[in-house]
Amino acid sequence: MPDVTLTVDGQKITAPAGTLLIDACKTAGIQIPAFCYYPGLSLQAACRMCVVRIDKMPKLQTACTTPIAEGMVVSSESPEIAQARKATLQLLLGNHPLDCPVCDAGGQCELQDMTFKYGAAHSFYQEPKNHREEQQWSPTVYFDRPRCILCYRCVRMCGEGMDVYALGIQNRGSSAVIAPNIPASQSEDGLQHLDCEECGMCIDVCPVGALTSDTYRYKTRPWEMNHVATVCTHCGDGCKTSLGVRQTIDGSEIVRGDNRDKSGINGDFLCNKGRYGFDFANSPERITQPMLKQADGSHKAVSWDEALRFTGKKLREIREARGGGSIGVVGGNRLTNEEAYLLQKFARSVLGTNNIDHHRTADYVTFAAALSGHRDRFASQHDNEKAPAVLLIGGDPTNEAPLTAWNLRSNVRLNGARLYVANHAQIKLRRQAKAFLEIAPFGYGAVAAYLAGDDAAAQSAAHDGENLGRFREALRGEGSLLILIGSELRGNDLRRLVEFGLALPNTNFALLSDYVNAHGAADMGLLPDMLPGYQPLGGTHDYSSEYGERFSNTPGRDMVGIFDAAQTGDLAALYLVNANPVARYSVDPASLSNTFVVVHDMFLTETVRLADVILPSANLYEKSGSVTNSYGDLQLVKKASDRAGVRTDLELLVRVADAMGADVRKLVPFGKKPQANGIRADLGQTRGAQSGEADRHAVWLTSNNLEIKLSPFDPFAVLDEIQRLVPGYDLLRLQLMSGNDQHLAPAAPADLVRIEPTRRDLVLPAEDTLFTSGTLGRYSPKLVELADKYTHEPVGIPAD
Amino acid sequence: MSTVTDSIFLPATAARFDNLVTLYPVKRSALVPMLLYAQDEIGYVSDAVVAEIAQRLDLLELDVRGVLSYYSMLRTEPAGKFNVQVCTNISCMIVGGYDILDHCKQRLGIGHKGVTPDGQFSLEEVECIGACCWAPAMQVNYDFHDNLTPAKVDAILDDYAAGRGEDVK
Repeated sequence: MPDVTLTVDGQKITAPAGTLLIDACKTAGIQIPAFCYYPGLSLQAACRMCVVRIDKMPKLQTACTTPIAEGMVVSSESPEIAQARKATLQLLLGNHPLDCPVCDAGGQCELQDMTFKYGAAHSFYQEPKNHREEQQWSPTVYFDRPRCILCYRCVRMCGEGMDVYALGIQNRGSSAVIAPNIPASQSEDGLQHLDCEECGMCIDVCPVGALTSDTYRYKTRPWEMNHVATVCTHCGDGCKTSLGVRQTIDGSEIVRGDNRDKSGINGDFLCNKGRYGFDFANSPERITQPMLKQADGSHKAVSWDEALRFTGKKLREIREARGGGSIGVVGGNRLTNEEAYLLQKFARSVLGTNNIDHHRTADYVTFAAALSGHRDRFASQHDNEKAPAVLLIGGDPTNEAPLTAWNLRSNVRLNGARLYVANHAQIKLRRQAKAFLEIAPFGYGAVAAYLAGDDAAAQSAAHDGENLGRFREALRGEGSLLILIGSELRGNDLRRLVEFGLALPNTNFALLSDYVNAHGAADMGLLPDMLPGYQPLGGTHDYSSEYGERFSNTPGRDMVGIFDAAQTGDLAALYLVNANPVARYSVDPASLSNTFVVVHDMFLTETVRLADVILPSANLYEKSGSVTNSYGDLQLVKKASDRAGVRTDLELLVRVADAMGADVRKLVPFGKKPQANGIRADLGQTRGAQSGEADRHAVWLTSNNLEIKLSPFDPFAVLDEIQRLVPGYDLLRLQLMSGNDQHLAPAAPADLVRIEPTRRDLVLPAEDTLFTSGTLGRYSPKLVELADKYTHEPVGIPAD
Repeated sequence: MSTVTDSIFLPATAARFDNLVTLYPVKRSALVPMLLYAQDEIGYVSDAVVAEIAQRLDLLELDVRGVLSYYSMLRTEPAGKFNVQVCTNISCMIVGGYDILDHCKQRLGIGHKGVTPDGQFSLEEVECIGACCWAPAMQVNYDFHDNLTPAKVDAILDDYAAGRGEDVK
């Protein structure tokens, strides 16, 4: 669009034609207040706060609905405007309870800010205020009618933004009220309720304290918490969540999760898990002392020293007596990259085993192999925001990756993107789709083959053959396509689909997985046959010299192989880091009776109950490091809270290795001196301590809750090695430390050998809903409460 | 033949609704007339009415409730068989509209928006009903009564109570 020049407060500003005056001013640094205006949502012009004077126009105009025009002369502040805004505020405050001292929004309330600014503290109204009692609409949402200023942000956010349409407006005039979708006449307790996705976006956009969350309500004040922006531990989208943390006697407590500064990869969005699903961290059920299994099968709490010494001694004995091949290692999907990397390094270089696996929720190995040599084809989460055309095949982002769904909806709504959805189920995103293809049961492979040109596969791909043909033609006609792939596609099917995409011009790909660092776990080589960066053990790599004499080039046992070995008595020890294979893979507990089982975990899960050694570990909100989302976007994890008695998995690995007699300096390249292989870990000392740089850096690290890299427990020392050794992790440190996401094309080295066709498909999707999150979700009281409420399909979603 | 197979409305009303949705560029424009006709037939806008209208117009029930609650002449509770609506806007007020209203309140023993225990009468204080020339005026269902005096009101209410009144729809 051509640019338009206008004058605001005597300042010439330029913006593309069609821009709203409020946006043009914002870009030029001129702030115009508004309650009802929210970028990306439809215009309402309900609050009258954004009024400005435009020359040659009668009366004051609303900046939020006025597109800019050439030569427009605007004044954004004047006594006249201030008076108009003050009058608006006085009207808004007419029925307002002025309960700021107890209100959750007090201190971060837009109405409060504006009242301070325009001084509308005195009211001309003498009539009694309309009061209504607060209402609990759902397990998470409370509504206080008197505080509401009827800006309609929540109504529009719920409808347009979330495609849920659970909020509406009822009555009129001063009795108008926001209403949820279950009327009092239809609910069991005779009160109004919500039936929705419980995302909490309505609470987020509420400019006042009318909508509040059950989790945070009346608990503390915004200025009494530390706010730490970190990455949500739940799904594979990796949203930034800001945790409000308060000190307690045994560490600290997370009081609130929200999207405070909207600076993350998720922009405006955060779902219920990021907002409320942190409460497992505060759970009284957490293990906070190391425990050893006694002869009678019970667990006894022991000192750290005893637990570590015993573990180290026992593992060393097993390694010496039965060889590293008798030890299995299973990692989790919520570890940081540094921990996942260190775990496989510990396994390969200290335990001397390649029997390493994790709960795979998508086939990243095949994905990396299929895109070998096409590093520019890995899509970022940000591509969902702008891509002109998107194919979503498999998966159900609405439930499994809510940010992906949000971005797709926004892209369709705001940019007119063409969304093609192919799925065996009637997933909710079909409502935004230009074309929906219903795939026949077990037909994903056939669809991939058909798309790639095999017409014979049409029969088993979809029942509606005509639609299938049209679908493929439409995709072939797209000049630029983003392909989002669900975990249904694996192995050869996945390869066929990628080949189809590569034959089209300008195609990008992403493979959707579950949990915050499932992608990172695969990238970091928690696999029996792949080293970090998908370098096959049998291929050419540098690890033989890096990992010492215990390293072997022979692929180890995968997850199934490990438990088969346990069955046959060939598994002498099992090392589990935040994994619950006993529940996930229905492992027979008796098969592990002769195996020495060491676990790092937070809770007494099915697996932990069987362990010989339980080491209490910290969760993602209690550690620093980095994680990689489904798309390969790398983000910084910042330590937010703390719990006395637990340690990070990184620290535990180092301590166990130390107790086994391994050289910790070889495991983690920490410390001041430059070491072999160019390992570096300094705070700027090499550039001279007197420069002041080291001090400044240390102060910065400390103030951001990051450990200083002078200890073997520093994740950034491990990150140094990852950067040096893992293809694809050529990241920018400054970008990472700034809390920005950066897109990596994780690995796919050009010479990746063809994967054996016999390679076992061990992908087991988590199949989480909006309110479950693997084993961890069971320990979150709020998620459990929500899951109980929504054991049925939400009825608040309209039939179409 | 109605598009809604198990309509709660009489066949004639259902057919009317089928036609109504075809008259506007967008279906939801038929919402307000539909609510009015539905109220005339059922007596009030029940949950079942809301559900069927939402279905007919591809709207959420929430949307229907939003519009329904905006208009004071749409009601979600049954009114009496004869809904007495007394105007107290300026023309009527000047010539004794409030006296008429008070008289009705006393005579019927109910207040604004009340319904007599036998369900025969309900009372409403309403805004201008467009009968200023013959003020004070009131409306019983859709039937107008004007130039009222308390005695005249008694006679009118007696007629309705005895079944002699017109029940205009």
